[in-house]
Amino acid sequence: MPAERFPVEASHILMFARSIGDPNPIYQSESYATAAETGGIIAPPTFVQASAQFDENYRLRPKVGEPWMGSGKEATGIPPKEPGEADDTPTGMGARGLHAEQHYEYHRHIRPGDVLSATVKPGESWEKQSKRAGLLKFSETVTEYRDQTGELVITARSVGVQTEKAVEG
Amino acid sequence: MALSASNISVGDTHSDVLVEDLKRTQLVQYAGASGDYNPVHTDEKFVTEVAGYPTVFAHGMLTMGMTGRLLTDWVGDGRLTKYGVRFVSQVWPGDTLRGTAEITDIRDEDGVTVADISVTTVNQDDVPVVTGTATARLDP
Repeated sequence: MPAERFPVEASHILMFARSIGDPNPIYQSESYATAAETGGIIAPPTFVQASAQFDENYRLRPKVGEPWMGSGKEATGIPPKEPGEADDTPTGMGARGLHAEQHYEYHRHIRPGDVLSATVKPGESWEKQSKRAGLLKFSETVTEYRDQTGELVITARSVGVQTEKAVEG
Repeated sequence: MALSASNISVGDTHSDVLVEDLKRTQLVQYAGASGDYNPVHTDEKFVTEVAGYPTVFAHGMLTMGMTGRLLTDWVGDGRLTKYGVRFVSQVWPGDTLRGTAEITDIRDEDGVTVADISVTTVNQDDVPVVTGTATARLDP
């Protein structure tokens, strides 16, 4: 589920930096950043995760006209997946999916004005039994972010895990 | 200011409080900025009644982001060449997190001096929530 076109904007970088509690002026002050080593505003190291905003099919965003798993009148707009249901059942996928690992390689740091495109390659998948959450199903994806010139700027490797039950303790 | 190879050594550490008494509102803020609206992070009714957790919990990527601040505050802006973490325990509203980074190696990589760094973020009970590694480009 890659973002085909992720325009990097200064206001988005500002909001993202605020959300992680980082007041560093390199993320918000044009005058400070221009005089700094970077020569301009850059994005925080984990900002590229916000490419989800530009992924048309991103599952964890409510979409007009489609059921949403979050609560309204009921606790969920979609019944959660039952154990044993097929993996591709489009149900309460948020309830049991957790992020296990995230790794970035920075070929350069991204800036306002960059227009990135992402390509995703599936990686390995494996299973593990755990005491705290039952059977764990891990799957890896590698996302390559390229800029408007086609240059590779960030390589991201993500490991997700589906847990059998809520994690205890 | 970036770190310089001439004034750091393997074993040097940097530690800071990343957040005190994490607020649910910050989870909402992170959801809005990142675009990850998974209701387990913001929807008390969904997370308790459907997902089976005691309350909402933080996006792993929020903790990675806060831990990233610890690194960039130390090594300098735009200096990271690699940064990766494992999410080892959940982070809950009310948690106070402290991150600690340590230089594990200083070496040459394609003619550039870099530092390898290990990083761990723990909660108020000293339970690790994120562990990871990073590599940063140093001044000579």
